[in-house]
Amino acid sequence: LLILVCRRPRKELLSMNRTKGDEEEYWNSSKFKAFTFDDEDDELSQLKESKRAVNSLRDFVDDDDDDDLERVSWSGEPVGSISWSIKETAGNSGSTHEGREQLKSRNSFSSYAQLPKPTSTYSLSSFFRGRTRPGSFQSLSDALSDTPAKTYAPELGRPKGEYRDYSNDWSPSDTVRRLRKGKVCSLERFRSLQDKLQLLEEAVSMHDGNVITAVLIFLKRTLCKEVLFRELEVRQVALRHLIHFLKEIGDQKLLLDLFRFLDRTEELALSHYREHLNIQDPEKRKEFLKTCIGLPFSAEDSAHIQDHYTLLERQIIIEANDRHLESAGQTEIFRKHPRKASILNMPLVTTLFYSCFYHYTEAEGTFSSPINLKKTFKIPDKQYVLTALAARAKLRAWNDVDALFTTKNWLGYTKKRAPIGFHRVVEILHKNSAPVQILQEYVNLVEDVDTKLNLATKFKCHDVVIDTCRDLKDRQQLLAYRSKVDKGSAEEEKIDALLSSPVSSYSLPLQQSQETVHKVASCVCSQGLERIAVSRAM
Amino acid sequence: MAFPHRPDAPELPDFSMLKRLARDQLIYLLEQLPGKKDLFIEADLMSPLDRIANVSILKQHEVDKLYKVENKPALSSSEQLCFLVRPRIKNMRYIANLVNADKLAGRTRKYKVIFSPQKFYACEMVLEEEGIYGDVSCDEWAFSLLPLDVDLLSMELPEFFRDYFLEGDQRWINTVAQALHLLSTLYGSFPNCYGIGRCAKMSYELWRKLEEEEDGETKGRRPEIGHIFLLDRDMDFVTALCSQVVYEGLVDDTFRIKCGSVDFGPEVTSSDKSLKVLLNAEDKVFNEIRNEHFSNVFGFLSQKARNLQAQYDRRRGMDIKQMKNFVSQELKGLKQEHRLLSLHIGACESIMKKKTKQDFQELIKTEHALLEGFSIRESTSYIEEHIDRQVSPIESLRLMCLLSITENGEPKRPKTDKAAGKITDAFSSLAKRSNFRAISKKLNLIPRVDGEYDLKVPRDMAYVFSGAYVPLSCRIIEQVLERRSWQGLDEVVRLLNCSEFAFTDMIKDDKASSESLRLILVVFLGGCTFSEISALRFLGREKGYRFIFLTTAVTNSARLMEAMSEVKA
Repeated sequence: LLILVCRRPRKELLSMNRTKGDEEEYWNSSKFKAFTFDDEDDELSQLKESKRAVNSLRDFVDDDDDDDLERVSWSGEPVGSISWSIKETAGNSGSTHEGREQLKSRNSFSSYAQLPKPTSTYSLSSFFRGRTRPGSFQSLSDALSDTPAKTYAPELGRPKGEYRDYSNDWSPSDTVRRLRKGKVCSLERFRSLQDKLQLLEEAVSMHDGNVITAVLIFLKRTLCKEVLFRELEVRQVALRHLIHFLKEIGDQKLLLDLFRFLDRTEELALSHYREHLNIQDPEKRKEFLKTCIGLPFSAEDSAHIQDHYTLLERQIIIEANDRHLESAGQTEIFRKHPRKASILNMPLVTTLFYSCFYHYTEAEGTFSSPINLKKTFKIPDKQYVLTALAARAKLRAWNDVDALFTTKNWLGYTKKRAPIGFHRVVEILHKNSAPVQILQEYVNLVEDVDTKLNLATKFKCHDVVIDTCRDLKDRQQLLAYRSKVDKGSAEEEKIDALLSSPVSSYSLPLQQSQETVHKVASCVCSQGLERIAVSRAM
Repeated sequence: MAFPHRPDAPELPDFSMLKRLARDQLIYLLEQLPGKKDLFIEADLMSPLDRIANVSILKQHEVDKLYKVENKPALSSSEQLCFLVRPRIKNMRYIANLVNADKLAGRTRKYKVIFSPQKFYACEMVLEEEGIYGDVSCDEWAFSLLPLDVDLLSMELPEFFRDYFLEGDQRWINTVAQALHLLSTLYGSFPNCYGIGRCAKMSYELWRKLEEEEDGETKGRRPEIGHIFLLDRDMDFVTALCSQVVYEGLVDDTFRIKCGSVDFGPEVTSSDKSLKVLLNAEDKVFNEIRNEHFSNVFGFLSQKARNLQAQYDRRRGMDIKQMKNFVSQELKGLKQEHRLLSLHIGACESIMKKKTKQDFQELIKTEHALLEGFSIRESTSYIEEHIDRQVSPIESLRLMCLLSITENGEPKRPKTDKAAGKITDAFSSLAKRSNFRAISKKLNLIPRVDGEYDLKVPRDMAYVFSGAYVPLSCRIIEQVLERRSWQGLDEVVRLLNCSEFAFTDMIKDDKASSESLRLILVVFLGGCTFSEISALRFLGREKGYRFIFLTTAVTNSARLMEAMSEVKA
């Protein structure tokens, strides 16, 4: 005897125009009833019964108030309702057993709950097995699976013999349909190549990738690979499934055979190369990468693979060396800035940064010197400068920064030049919290006046702003800026001195300067994002 | 701000039933293994599970301890182990190792694997190969539709994108068809069906087949939802690759919304704790700003803060009785609002800080230039510098993909550093001829700007990208709904390389109410972004429709890129 606890089914499943109110009424007011049933035969008549039963049940409903249930979601759905139902059941069960079995076809979306003493006798399995036939449009249970016969009981747990014999005479299309429904279904009877291919084509025309793969697993097992590959070559959808399947289960050998057969040399090479991701040991990975070098990659990729190998080779040397230096504790840079992580398997630019950080002054001949890296891997100037700048700025080695942008011409004059533009330089320096004096120097080197003003304002390089305004003869802007500097500061004095100097040199601002004022002002505003003082309001 | 729906806008169907269904089915499955048991849950299933059940429900069904499925030996001492997993090979290996270790130790336990949303034959094959087929029992938990919000259903299958679009594996098509079948069983059949894309067509056909097999099921029901529109993600990669600037999208891009909730760190909560916050229509503050362009959000929040202040201030000068009323009736609501308000203000601040750091302005400028197809040289050099500065590999890759597609898949590849293996796959999948420029012209995706685009009063769906671009996916949907067919869109369909995969199917149904005919279910196969959702919500308000979104997962540019990069086996 099986006992089920069910929530009364929804009253108006069929009704189109139900309102939210109806919904609430349903969910909140339904009552839990326990009922029993002991067989599952004649589902159709049961269905009719159940309809009648449900209709008549409406009158029984009394309103229960769920208000105290925990509400957790936007729908206001009571998550605790299952426990609630258990309590209810404890009070009710036994009294409402009879005459409810008809309900079973209507309540698949209601709550199931265990009775207070949970043992296997209270299993709900029969509920799902008692699924209704097609045609019962109010049954939601069918939505849960595709056929009435499908049970949620573990089919795989059963011994094979149990279903061996009834799958012998399915046609390819029936077989494929059964497979789609998740049924275990023997494919052994498809022995001729023609049958196998027909099965595969059925699966492909069904569009279900899971079934296609199931058939492919069977074909892979029962066809030699030459025949399998040959047939798949002209069936692209199935072929893609096999490739993905082989990748997933990690059958690298067959995958490479397949690529070889299909003459997809580049994919073959990439697929081989990809394996390095699974090799943890750096030495082994390096050796593996060496085997990749001769593979038929595209010209572009070939260079990458070569570089990848060379880089790892370098990193292994650098790592061994630096680990030693660090643990010896004799080298200042490692003492002051202990390494955060090993350099192994890091990207090239990270390696460059590392070497600019720890090995900046080394001669070009060493593996770890930045210049050597730059040459070996043909790192473009821009990228080199950006990386070196970031590394040296982080160490606050301002002289190195200075040297990075200083060029001498043949007459011996020095000149400042930055392949990345000085506005970028300023930003990077700022990010590494360079002092204002240093920032100022580079802000001054920005060519475009507007950009210069913007940056100077943003980074509070007062002198640059003031001097620029002076050069622009922009009195108004200077006035506007006066409010941005500290009261009584040297900057304020400087502004006042300029403002009180002969008026003639501060003619009315040009249209262009007015725009600049606007820009500066907006820049200033955007910096201090107005924090809305809600918390204070409280 | 927060435009109200038109008074004639239809009511949304109630999707909470889906949660109940899923929960009940899970409970039933747990009961299939009677007695005390330990439950191993796959990490990816935890958040979805959290949305429909809680620990006490599991405990009530004799789940003793909960474990995460991860690559560590299990310490469970229970006699019964239950695994709740996605159908993945690595999970099968994990289970096989565990069972085989038990066997070696001469230990017998009961094992049950519950696959969600379905099991795959490849998984069973692994169980068989590992010699544990029969030792473990397998079940399916067909939990494939999680209502994340009143109008948003997610299948929570981010791997759909990679599996189908990159690997060409159609394993999830049946899952989609089953989900649609479930919806039509619950909410009536859909009288008007449209779709575009190969996957859309296949899913539709398989779904139809399911309906035929169980005919009669839905025929008698009055349809609640008048239209269904299926769309493949590869119809429009451009939209998904853009930086998002509506609030909800921006929150997703910045903090990553996971399964409808977000973890706000200390920088947002202005305390030392992180806070998990559900983001949906229940959050009244969020609901009003979610679809807004970010530039409007500050104004709105400060207005809201002032109003709140005013309401609090009213208590001054109240007599005792009024005060009592105030405390009992209003204070709770005000406090709640206050809490939400300060959270979203904190989030805005944090977003601003991060975006200012990243030169967001310049980034957006580049994206707009790419969309409009001008100053390609500048954009290319911007991207180059982006790579040089090592801002973020995913971001660089995203910009390169955007460049490649907007330039019709003929990439003028910038000189890259070592991203070799990583990029190759992504490019080969994205860089087929996209015809983006021609489509954009044909569908008028770049609005002509006369004067400033007023983001406060949007005039079209382009507002979700600061007025610079109407999302292609949403435009297609708009055009088809207007015509109730693909008529007159032949050229667009041809440019999308989809001549065989654009379909319309009208099923005469006199029972469909006029209200239901203004409800549209949009199915995004391969994921949709919050920007697209916002754009369509806007369209709905303009036209008196309401959209319901069904997506394989909510996505964004970073997720798309990550899905395509190489992972360890």
